[in-house]
Amino acid sequence: MKDRRPDPDELLKVVSKELKQEGRGRLKIFFGTCAGVGKTYAMLLAARQQFEEGVSVTVGVVETHDREETKRLLDGLPQLPLRSIDNQGRVIQDFDVDAALCSGSQLVLVDELAHANPAGSRHAKRWGDVKELLAAGIDVYTTLNVQHLESLADIVSGIIGIRVRETVPDEVFAEATDVVLVDLSPDDLLARLDVGKVFIPGRVEHARQNFFRKGNLIALRELALRCVADRVNADVRSYRLSKSIASVWPTRERLMVCVSAAESQERLIADGFRMAQGLQADCLVVHVQRPDEDDTDRVRFRSLARQAEALKIEFLNVVGDDVAETLLECARTNNVTKLVLGLGTRRWDRPWRRQLSERIACANPKLGLLHVAVESMTRKIRLVAWVSQPSFSTSSLVITTAACALTTVIAEWLFQFFDAPNLVALFTLAVVVVSLRLGRVAAIWCALLSVLSFDFFFIPPLLSFAMSDTQYLFTFALILVIALVTSEVGSRLRADARNARAGERREATVARVARDLSGALKSEQIAKTCTETIAPLFEAKVALIVPDLSNRLHQTSAGGFEDLSVAQWTYDHVQRAGQGTDTLSTAQALYLPLKAPIRCRGVLAIQPQDWKFLEGPDEKRLLEACCSSIALALERIHFAEVAQETLVRMEGERLRNSLLSAVSHDLRTPLTAIRGLAETLERQTDLPQGDRAEVASAIRHQAEGLQRVMTNLLDLARMQSAGIRLNKEWHSLDEIVGSALARLGPTLSMRQVRTDLPGDLPLLEVDGSLIERVLVNLLDNATKYTPPDAKITIGAKAVGNSMYCFVEDTGPGLPSGDPERLFEPFMRGQKESAIAGVGLGLALCRSIIAAHGGTIRTEGIRPSGTRFEIRIPLGSPPEIEEENAA
Amino acid sequence: MSKPRILIVEDEADIRRFVRMALEKEGMTVAEATSAEDARIDLACRRPELLIVDLGLPDSDGKGFIRELRTWSNAPVVVLSAREREEEKVAALDAGADDYLTKPFGVPELLARVRAQLRRAALLNPNEPASPVIHFGNVRVDMATYEATKGGEAIHLTPIEFRLLAALVRGHGKVLTHRQLLLEVWGPGYLERPHYIRIYMANLRQKLEDEPTRPRHLITELQVGYRLAGLDHVP
Repeated sequence: MKDRRPDPDELLKVVSKELKQEGRGRLKIFFGTCAGVGKTYAMLLAARQQFEEGVSVTVGVVETHDREETKRLLDGLPQLPLRSIDNQGRVIQDFDVDAALCSGSQLVLVDELAHANPAGSRHAKRWGDVKELLAAGIDVYTTLNVQHLESLADIVSGIIGIRVRETVPDEVFAEATDVVLVDLSPDDLLARLDVGKVFIPGRVEHARQNFFRKGNLIALRELALRCVADRVNADVRSYRLSKSIASVWPTRERLMVCVSAAESQERLIADGFRMAQGLQADCLVVHVQRPDEDDTDRVRFRSLARQAEALKIEFLNVVGDDVAETLLECARTNNVTKLVLGLGTRRWDRPWRRQLSERIACANPKLGLLHVAVESMTRKIRLVAWVSQPSFSTSSLVITTAACALTTVIAEWLFQFFDAPNLVALFTLAVVVVSLRLGRVAAIWCALLSVLSFDFFFIPPLLSFAMSDTQYLFTFALILVIALVTSEVGSRLRADARNARAGERREATVARVARDLSGALKSEQIAKTCTETIAPLFEAKVALIVPDLSNRLHQTSAGGFEDLSVAQWTYDHVQRAGQGTDTLSTAQALYLPLKAPIRCRGVLAIQPQDWKFLEGPDEKRLLEACCSSIALALERIHFAEVAQETLVRMEGERLRNSLLSAVSHDLRTPLTAIRGLAETLERQTDLPQGDRAEVASAIRHQAEGLQRVMTNLLDLARMQSAGIRLNKEWHSLDEIVGSALARLGPTLSMRQVRTDLPGDLPLLEVDGSLIERVLVNLLDNATKYTPPDAKITIGAKAVGNSMYCFVEDTGPGLPSGDPERLFEPFMRGQKESAIAGVGLGLALCRSIIAAHGGTIRTEGIRPSGTRFEIRIPLGSPPEIEEENAA
Repeated sequence: MSKPRILIVEDEADIRRFVRMALEKEGMTVAEATSAEDARIDLACRRPELLIVDLGLPDSDGKGFIRELRTWSNAPVVVLSAREREEEKVAALDAGADDYLTKPFGVPELLARVRAQLRRAALLNPNEPASPVIHFGNVRVDMATYEATKGGEAIHLTPIEFRLLAALVRGHGKVLTHRQLLLEVWGPGYLERPHYIRIYMANLRQKLEDEPTRPRHLITELQVGYRLAGLDHVP
């Protein structure tokens, strides 16, 4: 049975397209062959119809070219004022995108989609403005001529002989909701031209002979018709897909366009792109970087990369010595089904080499090969390129000459011992060394000089160039070959080493960036990684700009060069902006949105010292990789914070619940007693004096208990809420102990309390009143939980770097179970006992001691009793000037 | 001796009530003020011999009120404060208050402080016999000859220890803050070194107290200062 289910990937694409449409404005393009077919007219007619149906329509910008019919259609439609831009003294009127955004209308008319905006506008091209309107949910009507489509620009320039500069990316055309073809037969168009109904800048006659030739118009019309037909095809396909009416599922084709920087191959990319569209196939461009490429190659290579980017094609740059093998490997890893190759002429300098396509065809016969003829560059350019190697310079010739002279001198000396033919080897050695180091031209020069001086100084007749010396032409030829081969090998080795070094450096840095980011716990750390690791990688100033809770961006401390308004635009629209992009390109830096899976997490501003450096596809990809790593790290931090907050909230919730239940017992009980006792005093006026005193003292007793609970509760809340601000000073422990004992005076007066403090205890840097609370709580516990005859000892000793302070009693000892649990808030040895206190005391003690960097623990002692021990680090006590003993 | 006149400056009616009842029971005349404004009027017409001032007054800061009072009166001031206002307590003492009580406080404690302050004020009268010899517990100190004995045995005090003791004696009954003691004994250069006092106080306690960890005379007011208690002049 045949599987009739739609391919999930395809469906996903349709769904995502629909999702993307939701909330976005719809774009309707009035598409035509060339100027004069009536696109603007058709657009205005359609707009009027909408207007009459009650849609709020605004004219953003429309070129009427002073034509009456068009002007009449404009009457009654609300028009936006144009924006005046001062461009080097000339005032230009142009479409105001902000006014359109603020106008609140549902539909905006924007003529001439391919129009280039004047310098200083937000977007370089008008289609950028249109995209922004669409993103804001505003519908747009616009017009477009076929020659302005990016992928057709080459073909059109081939037909009409003029290079079209104002182009619109194909994706804008593809994403349009609706394309209306405004068609006019070439004869009718020419007739309109004759009666002056078409606006042409310049003379009509001149136009007729150049652009408006019938042949041109027919070709352009065919292009336009095919474009629209392709679109309809695509629409039908997506309709079928969503309705699952498919009967044929073609396996996915993948086209790989193979370009080399050595030849001009922009055509190749455009052709490959259209072939891919025709085949409904994916397309990617591969460039094989040879180790010996030079600066001109690099420039051309960047322009190829730019073109691929403009067409939204993936551009891969792979390094390899053997082009065929590299391409085959690349095709294999990318599941490519067809290769598009430029069919160059056989290389004049390597006639023995097989054509690239032959080798690929032999190696993998299953791959489809498509050949496109490309013009090879002229020989002259290649020759210049061949000579002007990076290592060539005049100084290298001087060095070469000196080396030859030196060799001659050494040979002259050796001439006493050896025959002349043996000395040829010495000259060959010089040639090899020079060729390896100084490149081709120096090598040739060295070979020539060597042969000449060998002939002149060592071949009889000495000190002359005799006729018989012509046989040394053979020697010269041999040495020349050696020189050339050696220089080739040398330059390759050098280039390999250079590439390897650069690659290594880059990989090391990327690894470091990844490591630094993975370890980051705060956005400040990520910002630090940006400035310290990423910035040197691109030789640029880099600033990380992250939003606050209300999605506003704020100036960072590190940068200083960034423009917040551009950054905010980048963040809001999740699109790159700034220098080198189509948006706000007058900005001083490039702004990249940090897109994470859930949402945009911030903006990376980058300002390289050399803008060309950023244009290389390797650097671009590296920058993108860095951006997504940063975005992921930011998102991770965000969610870590959220999780942490939730945890803290849950913990707080738990604490509050247990607090409430504990408080309801331990506060209500004394309050009930106080209230009841006070009411007894109030009502029973005839109470005997002794009873009155007893009741009053009970009230006081309950109030004191309540006070202790309150103090602990407040202290614990203070310790746990705002973090603990310790008021640390150098205290002597006996003062604190004395103060604690004094505070518990009435409670302890009935008990046997012993202090065990050596007289020479060092000072302790602590918050005195907090440590006093710890001791008060421990002593209070000791009196509460032991019988009146139990002995209590408080003492301390300094051991090593720590002060150990303890409170011991000879009571019944600890309750069974883990003694650590006693330090949890609201824990008590016995639940709901009659002894006052919510079990906060020990929790508070632990918080305080932990804040001092110490520990507190408890243990039972033999034969019976409990010991609480506090350890506090001693630190280094301050200097005390010795007093002169009197 | 006539009835001592006391002024309570406190905005909480119930606290005023029990303080007044307690003091009147002791045979004192008590006036009440609910704000600093009221207190100024009462000060002028009643000339109280001692003031009890709450630091959190509705119309002004208690510290400012005390500083203002000190420009023209030596009447002892006992400050009432809540526990979490520790720094404010020190500031009030530095501003010129003589003692403090932390809320909640008990009646016996209040009466003891008030009595001590009244006695001190009486001793500071100009007609006081300038006896250089003082006693507390079993300690006897001759301020003129720098001699100290404890239970009849001579005690050696270093000059700084003696100066510290003298400062405490001069302000006896009054709580002296660390700042005040450092200024008086060591000078302004030592204000940032409160540990000096701690060391020397520990020495004094070792030499003069029977049980240094449970002192009865050289009392520590933790985080605030020190106080000499139980001092009696020999006529």
